[in-house]
Amino acid sequence: MKRFSFSNLMLVLGLLFIYLPMLILVIYSFNASKLVTVWGGWSVKWYVGLLDNTQLMGSVARSLEIACYTAVAAVALGTLAAFVLTRVTRFKGRTLFGGLVTAPLVMPEVITGLSLLLLFVAMAQLIGWPQERGIVTIWIAHTTFCAAYVAVVVSARLRELDLSIEEAAMDLGAKPWKVFFLITIPMIAPSLAAGGMMSFALSLDDLVLASFVSGPGSTTLPMEVFSAVRLGVKPEINAVASLILLAVSLVTFFVWYFSRQAEERRKKAIQLAIDESAADSWKQPDVRRAKVAETA
Amino acid sequence: MKFKSLVRRITPSGRHAVIGIPFLWLFLFFMLPFFIVLKISFAEADVAIPPYTQIYTFVEQKLQIILNLGNYTMLGDDDLYLAAYLGSLKMAFFSTLLCLLIGYPMAYAIASARKELQTVLVLLIMMPTWTAILIRVYAWMGILSNNGLLNGFLMWTGLISEPLQILNTNLAVYIGVVYSYLPFMILPLYANLVKHDQSLLEAASDLGSSTFNSFWKITVPLSKNGIIAGCMLVFIPVVGEFVIPELLGGPETLMIGKVLWQEFFNNRDWPVASALAVVMLAILIVPIILFNRSQAKEMEGKE
Repeated sequence: MKRFSFSNLMLVLGLLFIYLPMLILVIYSFNASKLVTVWGGWSVKWYVGLLDNTQLMGSVARSLEIACYTAVAAVALGTLAAFVLTRVTRFKGRTLFGGLVTAPLVMPEVITGLSLLLLFVAMAQLIGWPQERGIVTIWIAHTTFCAAYVAVVVSARLRELDLSIEEAAMDLGAKPWKVFFLITIPMIAPSLAAGGMMSFALSLDDLVLASFVSGPGSTTLPMEVFSAVRLGVKPEINAVASLILLAVSLVTFFVWYFSRQAEERRKKAIQLAIDESAADSWKQPDVRRAKVAETA
Repeated sequence: MKFKSLVRRITPSGRHAVIGIPFLWLFLFFMLPFFIVLKISFAEADVAIPPYTQIYTFVEQKLQIILNLGNYTMLGDDDLYLAAYLGSLKMAFFSTLLCLLIGYPMAYAIASARKELQTVLVLLIMMPTWTAILIRVYAWMGILSNNGLLNGFLMWTGLISEPLQILNTNLAVYIGVVYSYLPFMILPLYANLVKHDQSLLEAASDLGSSTFNSFWKITVPLSKNGIIAGCMLVFIPVVGEFVIPELLGGPETLMIGKVLWQEFFNNRDWPVASALAVVMLAILIVPIILFNRSQAKEMEGKE
């Protein structure tokens, strides 16, 4: 019991360590004083000032657009990759494929960013595309590394699934793609939503990849924030940062809420099925149930 | 008949398409670029668009391949680069160790909490990983600066009379790195710890093993895969970290991600930046393979 309380203490301290700085940031974004370290009363003027900053608003719109495209593409690509990794067990180059899927999770961003930029430059010389770098190139970069996160989340879910349902559908003559869309997809839908929102948040946050592969006139929100932050702490930036924090917490909350609801629905459905089969089975003795009763 | 079978052979089957689409994407946008980096690391910087010389030329039926090893010999000769690599490795090693020491008890506490509480705690740990590293690091800039909250608090308590210089030192970078990467250590550890069979610990305690003894001899060895995954998720990205040393570090902070960024954006020396990336990748290849192995085991559901 002693060690248990030590680890609990660490947990509380760790959570404080994680959340206190963000809380302080949010509180100081309501500081009326121009000096960021002096408290000058509550005010929302920095938030109001943001609306007039057209350059910043433009970059917000651009970042949101890229994040939407990224979420859709990363879910599609990541789900395919997760499906291959969990269901297609044997094919040539499987080890290489597994490495390619998981390596973007840890690859330092400066390396990925530099290498993608050099690829785009080489492609522009060779086949004339992309003529200029911007939203599309940032989207490709984000999709590649977000797909890895989606693949991890979705493959965890695919492994938990009861294979017998898919097998039953195949035995009844359904084509593999039909099984995938009608049975597998609905069962893994919560993790697809989680992966999508995760990709959205990751894409919205990325600075390094976007800095490498963006072109002139396509600065994203993190790039805008970074160039301001380099010069020191500013009240306007406190306000922007707080808004981003708020957006991400909301997204996280929704993911949690929806996946919890889906989980509860699933449990209820399973319970219902068990009850029904139990009601049927009292007519004829069930060997398996009898065994459980015996050991208990 | 022949035509039909030919068509069938050429058009990809469903199975091939399912494997092929993600494979092609990742090959084109993740693997192929590394070879281009390798190629350009042998070029020379040039005032042109793009700013490097061609490696091979084909003029008058003569194929010329010029490999410039100058970038690599320069990396070896200049102490700055060596110091930056060592600085990055040192920073990554110690912050991984710190994350493990702080993260393991936290993951353990979450795994032994009530089921209902577990989901909330995991969510609380996961949320920061979705938030920009940039913003979380920025929050520390306001706290650690000379007239920031921490110094203000310490002076108010009377512990110090002069503000401590923390921002723009290595200490600030350590704080920032541990702060940013702690969740990446906790999550894989938790995922591993929560699967452990409690009956093993009960059996050990029935046989008279002390709590610490069974923790050290049962729980820790069983969580090996989680420890490897967590450590690699921290170590590898920290070696190439740019944002944290740029914002929290000072002139004494030499890290390779920052040097690469400066070579690329400030000096516009693409070949040297490429050579830096190639050497960094060569250093990281063993940890990356370790990580991929532990992930592969995890994905196939093997223990």
